[in-house]
Amino acid sequence: MIAYIMCFILFLVGLYGVITRRNLVKIAVSMSIMEISTFLFFALVGYIDGGVAPIVDPADPVKTYVDPLPQALVLTAIVIGLATTSMLMAIIIRLYRKYGTFDIREIKNLKG
Amino acid sequence: MNPLIPLFVVIPLAGAFLIMIIGRFVKEFNKYFASLILFSLALISFYFLFITRENLFVYKVGGWEPINNIPIGIYMVMDGFTAIVVCIINLIGFLSAFYSISYIKRYTSENYFYALFCLMIAGMNGVVISGDIFNIFVFLEISVISSYALVAFGVEKNELEASFKYQVLGGLASFLILFGIGFLYWKTKTLNIADIKGAFSNGYDKTYYLFVQILLLSGFGLKAAIIPFHAWLPDAHSSAPSPISAMLSGVLIKAVGIYVIIRLFFNMFFISEGMSVLITTLGTLSMVIGVFLAIGQWDIKRLLAYHSISQMGYVVMSVGIGMMLISKGVRNEVAALAIAGGIFHLINHAAFKGLLFLNAGAIEYSTGTRDLREMGGLAKAMPVTSATSFTASMSISGIPPFNGFFSKLIIIIAAVMAHFYLLAALAAIVSIITLASFLKFQRYAFYNEDPNKKKNSIKEVPFPMLFSMIILSIICLLLSMLAFPGIREAILMPAIDILMDPSKYSSQIIGM
Repeated sequence: MIAYIMCFILFLVGLYGVITRRNLVKIAVSMSIMEISTFLFFALVGYIDGGVAPIVDPADPVKTYVDPLPQALVLTAIVIGLATTSMLMAIIIRLYRKYGTFDIREIKNLKG
Repeated sequence: MNPLIPLFVVIPLAGAFLIMIIGRFVKEFNKYFASLILFSLALISFYFLFITRENLFVYKVGGWEPINNIPIGIYMVMDGFTAIVVCIINLIGFLSAFYSISYIKRYTSENYFYALFCLMIAGMNGVVISGDIFNIFVFLEISVISSYALVAFGVEKNELEASFKYQVLGGLASFLILFGIGFLYWKTKTLNIADIKGAFSNGYDKTYYLFVQILLLSGFGLKAAIIPFHAWLPDAHSSAPSPISAMLSGVLIKAVGIYVIIRLFFNMFFISEGMSVLITTLGTLSMVIGVFLAIGQWDIKRLLAYHSISQMGYVVMSVGIGMMLISKGVRNEVAALAIAGGIFHLINHAAFKGLLFLNAGAIEYSTGTRDLREMGGLAKAMPVTSATSFTASMSISGIPPFNGFFSKLIIIIAAVMAHFYLLAALAAIVSIITLASFLKFQRYAFYNEDPNKKKNSIKEVPFPMLFSMIILSIICLLLSMLAFPGIREAILMPAIDILMDPSKYSSQIIGM
């Protein structure tokens, strides 16, 4: 149970960063922290105490295996997370070239 | 097994790669090829609209058959409701791509534009036809990542800022959705929507169930820009190139937001009274606040974007009324009417809001400004744009005989019959304020004196843009036919049947 709570705290740390940080890069880093907490959660969902990697061994059929599906899901989600993070960083680089600052308080053309 | 279903994902994905490779060597290939593949997709989706009716088609990816009635493969499902939304996506997609043929000349790197456009279509089609909740997430990310890039396509200050906001909030929504999926999998050990319904039917922990529902509602609510999750929408939708704004406002917020909310809350979760009250409240709030935010806008595209929030509020509210009646188990015919009004308004909104954004793009193309105060007297210089935007404005404000009138009428009648008199009154008042706001748009853009006296330089836009706008305004008129008996039974009723009967969807899929 303690692992789940730690994972939730990690999510909140990321959320706190997104809300309070004013530097664009730090916001991107906080987003990655939130992302990683979701991945951890998936890995925990599939974990079974004393389980081994799910490679079926015909000689010993009664082994306990961990659930492989969440691991497959996490791999997919990591690839998607890579795409979103690189997209976000690309936009941040372009924003820096246009505004000459990473400070989110200076970037406020759109209002109303 | 219907082998045509995966084509909705395969064709645009393959198209995106071909555009990137062949488009480098063959000039002009990208624009005609993108229009061609979207036109073929629109034809396939109409074919499905006519054959689906009461049937439900399933395609099992990789041919994995269920074992002991437990589905193990990825399912793609085509039912009455899916067929309607797929039609909207591909038809509006085709018209926007055709419109882009002349519009996109003002930008560089057209290959990237069309490739991203096709990827966005592939993602949205995937979300709509997927019968598996993790695949909904994957396709959703494909479509929103390409929309992040398309919003920033102008790479100027405003576009980049809008895209950054959209990405941060969109990313937050994705994590909430992913958490929700994790919690669902934890308890049910399955990802198939129909199977999750079955797994929960043996009893469940109420608090846990509510927590998952709230996670998924806030995640998809952020994607659908329901108030209070709306902050990114006006920036993102007004900064994108106009054909993309038409796609984002007309289709994307429906396909990845409203459609998934309706699908999950009717066909995956059991309808509870608390959730239906929450959904109705959120819908009513979006409807009222969206229109008040819209009325003070002078930028055409921001005005239209705020109206999108308000019009989506109508859809969510009337679907919520339907849910509330179903949860009480009384007066099913009124619930069916409310859901019919919601789905009908969803279809209509795709047509008229797509058209309005294309009009805004045409005005920007000819005059170079989006500020209502700097234009005027365009009715003489741009007769076709003026006429089509008049059609769309009357549709969105609910003037007969245009399509918006019938859907709003059905929603208001359903609210009155369900004894929600306050909601019916609010729906009528919001419709009047919408009319006021669009009369302002018409007057300032097309009929006032031009403040700058530059009439001679303004010309009507080229043929591809005119073609898309004219076709969409004809669709606006034709869609009002959906309210009449005969056509209504053929197109709207299958969608409502699948939503009304709580176990029909899952029992049909599990049996296959």
